[in-house]
Amino acid sequence: MTDATLQPVQDLAPPRSQWRDVWDQFRTHKGALTGLGVFVFMTLFVLVGPLIWRIGPDYINPNVLVMIKSRNLGSSFAHPLGTDQLGRDELARMMSGGQISIAVGFTAMALSIFLGTLVGVLAGYFKSLDGPLMRLTDLFLALPLLPLLLVMMMLFAPMISHAMGVAAGTFLLIVSAIGVTSWMQCARIVRGEVLALKEREFVLAAKSVGTPPFRMILRHILPNVMSPVMVAATLGIANAIITESALSFLGLGFPPDFPTWGRLLFDGVDLMQEHPGLVVWPGIAISLTVLSVNYIGDGLRDALDPRIRGR
Amino acid sequence: MKLKTILMGAAAVLAASQAFAASGRGADGQLNLIYWQAPSILNPYLSSGTKDLEASSITIEPLARFNPKGEMVPEIAAEIPTLKNGGISKDLKTITWHLKPGLKWSDGSAVTSADVVFTGQYCMDPQGGCAQLSHFQGVDKIEAVDPLTVKISFKAPQPDPYGPFVSYESPILQKKQFANCMGAKAPTCTSANFGPIGTGPFVVTSFKPNDVIEYKANPNYRDPNKPAFATVNFKGGGDAAAAARAVFQTGEYDYGWNLQLSPDVLKGMTGPGAKGHVVTAFGSLVERLEMNLTDASPSLPEGQRSTAAHPNPILSDKRVREALSMAIDRSLIVQVGYGSAGKPTCNLVPAPEAYASDNTACLKQDIPGAKKLLDEAGWKVGPDGIREKDGKKLVLTYQTSTNGVRQDTQSLIKQWWKEIGVDAQLKNVNGSVFFGGDPGSPDTFQKFYTDVEEYANNFSGTDPQTYMSMYTCDKAPRPATQWQGENINRYCNKHYDELVAELGKTAVPAKREALVKEMNDMLTKDSYTIIPIVWRGNNSGVANSIGGEAINPWDSELWNIQDWYRKK
Amino acid sequence: MLNYTIRRLIISIPVLLLISLIIFLLLNLAPGDPLANQPLTIPPEVRQKMKEALGLGAPLYVRYLLWLKQFFWVEPLHAFDWCFGTHFSVGMQRILSWQFRSPVFDVIVQRMPQTLTVVGMSYVIGVLIAVPIGIVSAYRQYSWFDQIGTFISMIGYSVPTFFTGVLLIVVFSVDLGWFPSIYNTNLKVVDWQTFLLQVRQMAMPVFVLALYNAAQISRFMRSSMLDNLQQDYVRTARAKGMGERTVLLTHVLRNSLIPVVTVIALGVPTIFGGAIITEQVFKVNGLGQLLITAIYASDVPMVQTLTFIFAVLIVVFNLVADILYGVLDPRIRYD
Repeated sequence: MTDATLQPVQDLAPPRSQWRDVWDQFRTHKGALTGLGVFVFMTLFVLVGPLIWRIGPDYINPNVLVMIKSRNLGSSFAHPLGTDQLGRDELARMMSGGQISIAVGFTAMALSIFLGTLVGVLAGYFKSLDGPLMRLTDLFLALPLLPLLLVMMMLFAPMISHAMGVAAGTFLLIVSAIGVTSWMQCARIVRGEVLALKEREFVLAAKSVGTPPFRMILRHILPNVMSPVMVAATLGIANAIITESALSFLGLGFPPDFPTWGRLLFDGVDLMQEHPGLVVWPGIAISLTVLSVNYIGDGLRDALDPRIRGR
Repeated sequence: MKLKTILMGAAAVLAASQAFAASGRGADGQLNLIYWQAPSILNPYLSSGTKDLEASSITIEPLARFNPKGEMVPEIAAEIPTLKNGGISKDLKTITWHLKPGLKWSDGSAVTSADVVFTGQYCMDPQGGCAQLSHFQGVDKIEAVDPLTVKISFKAPQPDPYGPFVSYESPILQKKQFANCMGAKAPTCTSANFGPIGTGPFVVTSFKPNDVIEYKANPNYRDPNKPAFATVNFKGGGDAAAAARAVFQTGEYDYGWNLQLSPDVLKGMTGPGAKGHVVTAFGSLVERLEMNLTDASPSLPEGQRSTAAHPNPILSDKRVREALSMAIDRSLIVQVGYGSAGKPTCNLVPAPEAYASDNTACLKQDIPGAKKLLDEAGWKVGPDGIREKDGKKLVLTYQTSTNGVRQDTQSLIKQWWKEIGVDAQLKNVNGSVFFGGDPGSPDTFQKFYTDVEEYANNFSGTDPQTYMSMYTCDKAPRPATQWQGENINRYCNKHYDELVAELGKTAVPAKREALVKEMNDMLTKDSYTIIPIVWRGNNSGVANSIGGEAINPWDSELWNIQDWYRKK
Repeated sequence: MLNYTIRRLIISIPVLLLISLIIFLLLNLAPGDPLANQPLTIPPEVRQKMKEALGLGAPLYVRYLLWLKQFFWVEPLHAFDWCFGTHFSVGMQRILSWQFRSPVFDVIVQRMPQTLTVVGMSYVIGVLIAVPIGIVSAYRQYSWFDQIGTFISMIGYSVPTFFTGVLLIVVFSVDLGWFPSIYNTNLKVVDWQTFLLQVRQMAMPVFVLALYNAAQISRFMRSSMLDNLQQDYVRTARAKGMGERTVLLTHVLRNSLIPVVTVIALGVPTIFGGAIITEQVFKVNGLGQLLITAIYASDVPMVQTLTFIFAVLIVVFNLVADILYGVLDPRIRYD
């Protein structure tokens, strides 16, 4: 660390990449670093966890007597987080639920960032598209999003889950619903950046040698709007995870046999007095993940801001 | 005590201050009811569900209603017309009701036969969209013979003429109040729909849809000493668990309706020190597996799928259906999903008692027996543990509506069927689509595009005649009927149709009971077309301080609210 | 300024019409049956008649135009009548809810008070907490106060309200018995005791929402203060020998509040519609709960009207925020 900061003083040192600088700045943000650790842990928990903890999330003991006895247990050696009303292992359900929740977070974020960047770049780069696209963005910003999300889930879930199966259908619906309703901030930020970039000399230079617009955007504009997009992306993950669990909590997300964290929390609410774990564990998992992602976003914002990075 | 009083809300403070008052009308202060499914309208003829009927039942009354045993008791009527007392004509085509003399509406005007006639016209208006129209089916005309006598004539002999104006589903409206609300104008009469004038023990003082209703004792109620409560606070909204908590644990409410909670939750809340207890009403609601006797395979062209043209390749064999039933441990399903609100049953008509067949053979799970039956039917266990016959695997699709308990039941049944070598592919459909009856949707329970489906059904009132006549050949849903029709199994048996016809002509109770039992057995233990699983009751919570309450599966649970009192 | 406002208002009309069309199509093209909650014992013929009585027979565009007319013409007329005792709207069909068979707006007006008191109060409290926290956090950047403040505000918007709400109910309502678990909308504050009851039943939902609001606004306040503290005019003021208090509270705070005020204005529409989950958790029968039950009951006119009202509020408060910005910040000029 100390070495690294001393190096740039020497003239002969190799040029440092921008991302190295960003990482160094990021490391000084304690909250962000902890957040990254927690997030990596949560991801490993849901991805690698099931390889170690081999009980299936849907496994019900076929032996009736055993099954009756294994219902609604507290935590024990065999079931560290206890069991639910059918004797299914809560730890295994947390893992498989987390897979869906985090997958929803990433996919919805990817969709929203893709849409946002697309609209933002097009609006910023092509003057003729700016007006209509920004009107569209304003229109979306004026929609009451949560009510519309609820309505979409309520009305289209049966249709889509019939066409594609319950799991894939609901996943696709939630992801696209969240994606379609959350790209606007990203679009606005990107448009602003692109407008500023267009006035820069290197863009002018590229233009004067006849670079076609498509390559221009891909080679020169996009890499330079990466920083704000990355911040928007981390915050987008947090937003998507919260939205999914809120939908599931209102009973409009995944159906009962798909244990996402939100769904597990919703199912546990009735039993929260006798078995607080059924509510607390999923609640903590959601909160920790979102908290860590928000901290990462905070750290990234500082690290990617060249004005702050210098200090 | 003092802290508690404050906590229980302004309403309860009022009640506590009158705790020492003597008996008599209004002596017991306020009664707090919580219905987590909040009432949205107080006119049962425009209602969207039982919750609304319950709320309206304490202000408006029918001519007669059912008591917890399923017997009729007169309310506005002076007595129950029967063949014996001449109230029902010999040809079974007319019924004559006499009203109680001197009865007054809560606004002080007299109740006359004109009100009854008007109510009939109100519901039978073709433009009104009346939700209780089925009570008036077959009615030819309703006329006032004199101010206290109403004669209802039917188009055909009616062995059960107690449809119109009996039970809380069909109460009497005041003509004066609703005179301008006929037909298409019905929804515009908001104040009438939100506060019908009635003859019941309470009068609506304020109504906030889907939120709170306030009532006060009816000053013109026929018994001067009743009701014991001066006011009723009828709170709606929230969820079943919150309502149960408010009755059993915090004591904020005296009565909580329809506490559909998992048995573990209820047990936890009603442990020692609870402020209330659970009461359960068992009506005719039966959770069952319906077997599709036709082929639901998606490879068939639309319009032929799930029609009588193609019998089901697996379930047409009665032995398979029987084996599926034998593999199920009904008492475990009850224990896991229903608790005190369910009993294992093999009957389609479990109640009233007189109609219930003594069919209990299915209650014991018999896995070896089921395996043997399948062996006999030619289904041999394949290498993956799933049975096969002629290269076809024993795989069934099994759908139900999306609901926690139903998905738990599905998981359990799937496990048992797996043990006898049957693979079930589970599917759940959102309730509003499943029960929605939209002919364009492939997922409705009528269309039945799967092999097995699970849901619950019951019949209104105490007479199963309409219920039993659902299973005649001509009631099968099919393209020609726009997929409407109640015989979703596509069951078709000539003898059964004859029995239905006979039931329609028989008025002698003993004979009717025997017929219903025979038909029940034909559908269940003789053919396993319907595999009943759980006889479902309705759980409600009552505070320990409330007396006189008698839960009623055949009518409103608040049917005798005038007799409720607060224990001293 | 006036020109700008008028121009913006005119632009919002097509935007709102488009939004209403989007909402209408979304609701009416989807499957779902308003009669699905009716008992199965109702025969199909009766069902069909009931559907027709709900007006489902008419073609799509007729229903849309009718709804537009009702929303923009009949309902305002009715409100006018109600205010001034006139009779312009007599005989006109108002928007009727399918569940209640009564005018949608009557129910909405009925639900307004509890939503405004609970959610509005939490917003006010949230702002009142957030501003001082933001000021101190920025002034003492990276101090322990700032670190803790940051952490709490992070928690405030990371922990979902349905989780904190449920936890609060278990601890304070069930175990300790301090607060009622069900909100009583009929409670009228007439004396000290009923006032206490009202405070008790509002405590938990207001706390949860205020935490959430304060978390977001304090972050804005902090960064806006930080931006201003680096400005040259601050150095000038200090150089002139002004007291730290004057510099901070008169110069910096005033300028920093400009963007924060607009953010606060932008958040106002969420008071009406955004607290859906909190209302559901604490059984506050307000607008959010009305929307949820209407969605569950497939009450299309109610859902449509409510969502559209939320959209109108968003558009209006966006405009308000822009105008406020122009009024407060003399550097901004709209031409």
